[in-house]
Amino acid sequence: MENFEGFEKVRQGAEARIYVGKYLGKLTLVKERFEKKYRHPDLDASLTKDRIKAEIRAIMRCKIAGIPTPAIYLVDLERRSIFMEYIKGLTVKEYVEKSEAEFSEIRVDGRGNLNNMLHQLGLRIGHIVARMHCSNIIHGDLTSSNILICPGNCDGGSELEEFGIDELMVTIRDSLCRSPSNQDYKLVIIDFGLGKTDSSAEDKGVDLYVLERALLSTHPKVAPKTLFPAIMKGYTDKCGKSAPEVIAKLDEIRMRGRKRTMVG
Amino acid sequence: MVIAIGFEGSANKLGIGIIRDGEVLSNCRRTYITPPGEGFLPRATAEHHRNNILEVLREALDVSGVKPKDIDVICYTKGPGMGSPLVTVAVVARTVAKLWNKPIVGVNHCIGHIEMGRLITKCHNPTVLYVSGGNTQVIAYSNQKYRIFGETIDIAVGNCLDRFARVLKLSNDPSPGYNIEQLAKKGKTYITLPYAVKGMDVSFSGLLSYIEEHAASLLSSGKCQPEDLCYSLQETVFAMLVEITEERAMAHCGSSEVLLVGGVGCNERLQEMMGIMCSERGAKLYATDERFCIDNGAMIAQAGLEMFRSGTTTSWENTTITQRYRTDDVLVTWRSP
Ligand SMILES: Nc1ncnc2c1ncn2[C@@H]1O[C@H](COP(=O)(O)OP(=O)(O)O)[C@@H](O)[C@H]1O
Ligand SMILES: [Mg+2]
Repeated sequence: MENFEGFEKVRQGAEARIYVGKYLGKLTLVKERFEKKYRHPDLDASLTKDRIKAEIRAIMRCKIAGIPTPAIYLVDLERRSIFMEYIKGLTVKEYVEKSEAEFSEIRVDGRGNLNNMLHQLGLRIGHIVARMHCSNIIHGDLTSSNILICPGNCDGGSELEEFGIDELMVTIRDSLCRSPSNQDYKLVIIDFGLGKTDSSAEDKGVDLYVLERALLSTHPKVAPKTLFPAIMKGYTDKCGKSAPEVIAKLDEIRMRGRKRTMVG
Repeated sequence: MVIAIGFEGSANKLGIGIIRDGEVLSNCRRTYITPPGEGFLPRATAEHHRNNILEVLREALDVSGVKPKDIDVICYTKGPGMGSPLVTVAVVARTVAKLWNKPIVGVNHCIGHIEMGRLITKCHNPTVLYVSGGNTQVIAYSNQKYRIFGETIDIAVGNCLDRFARVLKLSNDPSPGYNIEQLAKKGKTYITLPYAVKGMDVSFSGLLSYIEEHAASLLSSGKCQPEDLCYSLQETVFAMLVEITEERAMAHCGSSEVLLVGGVGCNERLQEMMGIMCSERGAKLYATDERFCIDNGAMIAQAGLEMFRSGTTTSWENTTITQRYRTDDVLVTWRSP
């Protein structure tokens, strides 16, 4: 990223380095899938290329289906990088964790409110996943870190400043609590590197299974009773006829783990 | 001082080991080896264990120098594993518990691997990659459970290697995985094979059916040699394993230790790859050699000893076996919450 002035590394994940800066006047996030020394260079190169392509392809398909995803500005295979729109918001993970902490502090007649709010959030997540699946888009790595939540008016603005997390929290929570179905906030799906754009009921079942497992380990307090059931309700409501088959698959995939005899 | 004896026979290894307060006094083992191209079946495996168990028990006692009267607790593998081999070994453990009039504890085999790894390597709170013939799990401890972060959604990595070895008719002596590893060292050509990571889970069945379908033609057309297939297979499946260990569990738990356990864990290429990943993240890799990585009796003694010390014993009616027994079903009473 040396040749791009003003870009700053904000995060180093397991798979990618994230830089934020200005590109053609817009606030831009660069996701660079860096080289993994532990794996064979050919494998590393082909995985990286496949994942960049998968990510672009799935984001494009989402755009066509009207599912919010970051706009893509530039793809640079040489540099192993995607330049995309920076979304001013929080990950659902951060949002849920902060809400849990704050609700238990304030104790505004306590869990009732938190549960209600998370239920609304879950429904919305379920709707989005259903819309992806209806368009035969498989995310491949659904987690609460890969869904961003932001105020409905979050586009526009080119500066990273005045980015108050607390303010954002309040705006988002207000809109979630006040009128659950309103569009004052948006969910944006990211990180499609393991995505696919053709799919079977099995793929969709695995997609939900991955999400369930991720939520249970990331949010053990609220995922089992509140968040995931709401997601499944939202999913079923939106999915219509194809829901039962996918849910049957999900059950089957869960059972595979339980039933497997584990020799050795 | 607590002395525990452990009986293991959930798959084709029969092992009995004795541990005194974390010191391995003996760890004796016999392996049931099948001809090339064949896997081990429950009935024949149970017969192997039946024919050898008394001799192994005698050896374990002799090597340790411990008398039955000095032993505090009898530990045996309750599961998971193959039914009849498990029963065969449990019967002997139950018998000596009655004969010697000692308490008995049923141990989860997977927990045995983890506790043995912790004992030998002295790591504190590692992210565990448990890879064997029947298991592929990424595990981390939290709140009195060993929680499973990622696992295979179909067959285990060891099972994939074993069945691959059968396709190539490699010897099962000392183990198919060992022979794949030796051949892989001579491999030069890297062939692309299906790579399947799904979220935090992995899948090997697609890769295995690809090999089953294409191995013959790849080899006969001279595109590659058996060595190249072994090499490519290892590079592919181990990369998948390192990826799920790193991306999920380590990131999630902020962990800076990785512990490799289970039979596949003694593969040196897997250790090397995991080691590179760890050093790039400033983490440390812990692994053991084949004495402790591969199924053995001492690991059952060690986990049983921990359970016993924390006040857990198994009541006589519950000294049964179970083929399915998940790692996260066990309440870990011997570690702080
Ligand atoms: N377009 C975006 N706008 C704002 N934040 C983003 C965007 N894309 C990614 N992020 C942030 O960066 C993190 C990592 O990006 P992601 O694409 O999920 O890569 P990784 O493979 O490292 O998980 C996300 O969890 C999120 O916090
Ligand atoms: Mg991500």
